[in-house]
Order: sequence, then C-alpha cells, then structure tokens
Amino acid sequence: MRGAATAAARRRGYGFVSYARCFNGIVWRETLRYWHQRERFVSALVRPLVWLFIFAAGFRSVLGVSIIPPYDTYVLYEVYIAPGLMAMIVLFSAMQSSLSMVYDREMGNMRLLLISPFPRWFLLISKLAAGAAVALVQVYAFLAIAYFWEIEPPSPWGYLTVLPAILLAGIMLGALGMLLSSLVRQLENFAGIMNFVIFPMFFASSALYPLWRVKESSPWLAFICELNPFTHAVELIRFAFYERTNLGALTIVLAAAIVFLAAAIVAYDPSRGMLPRREGL
Amino acid sequence: MGGPHPALEVLGVSYSYGNRKALENISFEVEPGSFSVLLGLNGAGKSTLYCLITRLYATRFGKIRIFGFDVNRSPGEALRRLGAVFQARTLDLDLTVVQNLSYHAALHGIPAREARLRADLVLEQVGLSASRNAKARTLSGGQMRRAEIARALLHRPRLLLLDEATAGLDIKARAGILKHVRGLVKQSAIGVLWATHLIDEIEAGDDVVLLHRGRILDKGKASAIAERADAADIHAAFEKLTAVDGGGRQ
Repeated sequence: MRGAATAAARRRGYGFVSYARCFNGIVWRETLRYWHQRERFVSALVRPLVWLFIFAAGFRSVLGVSIIPPYDTYVLYEVYIAPGLMAMIVLFSAMQSSLSMVYDREMGNMRLLLISPFPRWFLLISKLAAGAAVALVQVYAFLAIAYFWEIEPPSPWGYLTVLPAILLAGIMLGALGMLLSSLVRQLENFAGIMNFVIFPMFFASSALYPLWRVKESSPWLAFICELNPFTHAVELIRFAFYERTNLGALTIVLAAAIVFLAAAIVAYDPSRGMLPRREGL
Repeated sequence: MGGPHPALEVLGVSYSYGNRKALENISFEVEPGSFSVLLGLNGAGKSTLYCLITRLYATRFGKIRIFGFDVNRSPGEALRRLGAVFQARTLDLDLTVVQNLSYHAALHGIPAREARLRADLVLEQVGLSASRNAKARTLSGGQMRRAEIARALLHRPRLLLLDEATAGLDIKARAGILKHVRGLVKQSAIGVLWATHLIDEIEAGDDVVLLHRGRILDKGKASAIAERADAADIHAAFEKLTAVDGGGRQ
C-alpha cells in the first residue's frame, strides 16, 4: 500500500509548465543580475569596439584578406574581424558566467540552485541558456554600433540568421566555462584558468586572421587553430551573418557543445562529478 | 503520502574526504512535528551530513530518506519536501527580499502569482513584511536569517534543516529565530533538524543527536542523554562524553 502510494507520487513529478517556470526563473535571475552589473555590459562592448576601431584600423593596410567564402569580393579588415569580435563577446560572456558560478559556489548561492527538486541537468542547461541570452544582447548592441561603421550583413536578414549561430556558440562556450568552473576550487584560481583558456582560444583561431594566412607562416599553428572549437564558432557566425551555412563548422560546434555539456553535467552530478570529492561546496 | 514515514531517516551513513573520515555509520530519525537537534562542535561533521541530506554530496555508504523517498534514487520527490537554511548566507545580495523568494519559488515550479501570495504570508510569519522590497545587502544578520527561513518555507516543505542558523547573531536575534522555528513545529507540524554547537539552544524535551568527530556519541531526549551520562544536564553530558578519549562510542 505504502509502496503503491510512493510510486504514484513519484510518477506525478513536475509537468512541462513547472519546468518552464523554473527555466524562466533562472533566466530572469541572470537577466536581473546582469542589469545590476551595468559596467559588465559597458566593458563587454568596449572590448570589441577597441579592437574594431583601433586594432583593425591600424592593421587594415598590413593584413590583406583575399576573397574567401563567405565573401564574394575583397573586404576591409574591419569587416573580416567583425564575426570574430562577435564570437569574442560570446567567449568573454561565457567565461564571465562561469566566473559567476564559481562566485556563487563560494558565496553559497549555488546551493540554492542545486537543491532544487528539478533534475540537475535541466538546471545547468537553463543556466547555460540564460548566459547565452545575455551574450546575445551584448552582440546585438555591438552590431548596432558597428552598423555606423558600415559593418553590416548583405541584407537585414543577416541579423536574423546570425542569431542561432550566436546562441549555439554561446551554449558551446558556456558549457566549456561550466566544465572549467566545476574543476576550479577558488575564485582566484579561476582568473588564472580564464587567462589560459580565453587568450589561446581567441588568438589561435580565425577571429583575427584567415587560416590560410596562419598556414603560410606556421602549418602547426594552423593545425592547432583547426582543432580549436572557437575557430569553428567564429566561422559559423561569419557564414550565418552572410546568410549562409557552414556545415562543417556547425557540426563541430554542435558536437563540441554536446561533449562539453555532458562533461559539465557529469562534473556537477554529486555521485560522479568532481564537486563532492572536496569539502566546502 | 508521508504519514507513516519519518520526516528524515539517516541509515548507516559514512562519508570520507579522501582518506579523512568525516562521518562514520550515522543513523537516526527525525519525526514529523518534532524539533531535533544535531549537536556537535565545529568539525563534528554536521555540515557534511547536511550536504548529504540535501544531495549536494552523494551518499555512497548508507541511505538517507525524506518521508520515505530515497535522496539518491528519487531526489526530486525528496527535495521538494525539504527546506534548508545553510550555515553560509545564500541570499543574492543584489536582489530584494521578495525577488530572492520569487527566484526560490521558480526553482520549485511555483506560479508567479502564487509565489507572491506565499511570499507575503511567510514574510509576515517571520516579521519581515516591511522589508520585502529592501535589497538583501541592507538587512541585518538576523533579518537575513529570517529571510532565509521565509524562503525555505515558501514551497511548504515538511522537513526543515537549519545548519548553525544562529551563528554570528546577537542574543536577541538568536532567541527570536529559535522561538520562531519552535513555533513552526507546533503550528505546522513540520519536522525540524537544527544543527548547532550552542548547547543553550537545547530544551530538555528535544530529541538530540550528539555528533563528535564524525560519530554519534549518543542520541535521544536531552534529559535521557544526561541521565545515561550520569550528568546534571545536557551541557554536562556533552562535556563528559566528548572528553572521553577525545572520540566516542556509538
């Protein structure tokens, strides 16, 4: 009798609407938190704009870009690096979200999330989606400013077609950040990890220079760039901005997102992950 | 559902951090509508046990059940019946009190409108209605604790865990929180597990689990523990039991 009642209650669980409420709550909290940290928004914009207006202007005459897909003609260097800078915003935003997870863990807020009765994978995916949504706002703010410097897609549809690419890149990079956050014990250590991840990922990619250029000077570096999932996130965004699909990049970004996400979920699982083996979660 | 089951069952639980044993063969129960105290010095293993009950850590040895639901096998069912106040402050300081409660409500799938009504009710219960729109960082230590208790009660749990809930508070705030939680047991028949190292928070009729260096030294009514230890009260019993060989007996 007792067993039947227990089984019935277990089956009741939560419905779709309850899951949606939980998801909305997590996104709402991240948005609210972001709203309270307006300087984060400003710094997220200043960084790519400095690259665009200073770095790109300086290197325009030094770094030539030949006609490569998705471009149908020669493009200015500013135009070439714009997708890389969009990806850069997503990368920094993802790492910032992960940093806030480590902070939450140190401050104890993370416990509140982890003792929710919803499955942990769902909670982590919701948190990732919230982070990707925040990155999306930053990217569109950057594009709005860049528009006045004639950085725009061939047609307004490009603004729409780039959206899923940014979201997927955000989830892939966010999942990587989440995985890193599970491996890091203290906030101070995470700053070091970020330096070891962000800069090599960004510079060893096609964000600032096309891969054929890298290959000319160092085939090994070009090979490393090819292995770097961030390179493919950049290319996915670049093609999507030009209303085209880079299937190779899409496949690699999707696969990397799944692998990083699965690893992050395992890492945050109390029975299998890294977290419970240490004191003071 | 839940009537015939204890609010909490801890059965033969052991836990280690690497080679260091934090808990060894811990077993006890908390009945619905009872106030149970987990008494132990700092480092006794109280927080580790709370992490296991809330599934922040996985139970590898032994079983933990909340109203009959195994925390490892049916975490959703177990956790929805559980409210927790941790030793570390877990309010989001940049959010208002009511926003903190709304976030918690969302994490339990409670509709926004219902959450607002419940928030008003629990804030009134803990005497924080006037501070509902205040940023959490502007609250005093005692108010923060009361806000956390209100939040833990929002989803109407039937078991409430409080880990050193009065740590760092002044005497008046401590007494107020303790009185409020004891009142909850009487009014709502909620089961409470109150972890503390402060013996003056225990009353003679409380169920006490005396934890020391990861082992249970004794358990039962405070008065019975004192009697078994041949001591005048629980304070003297605690002194006596923890002094024996620095460890304990089960």
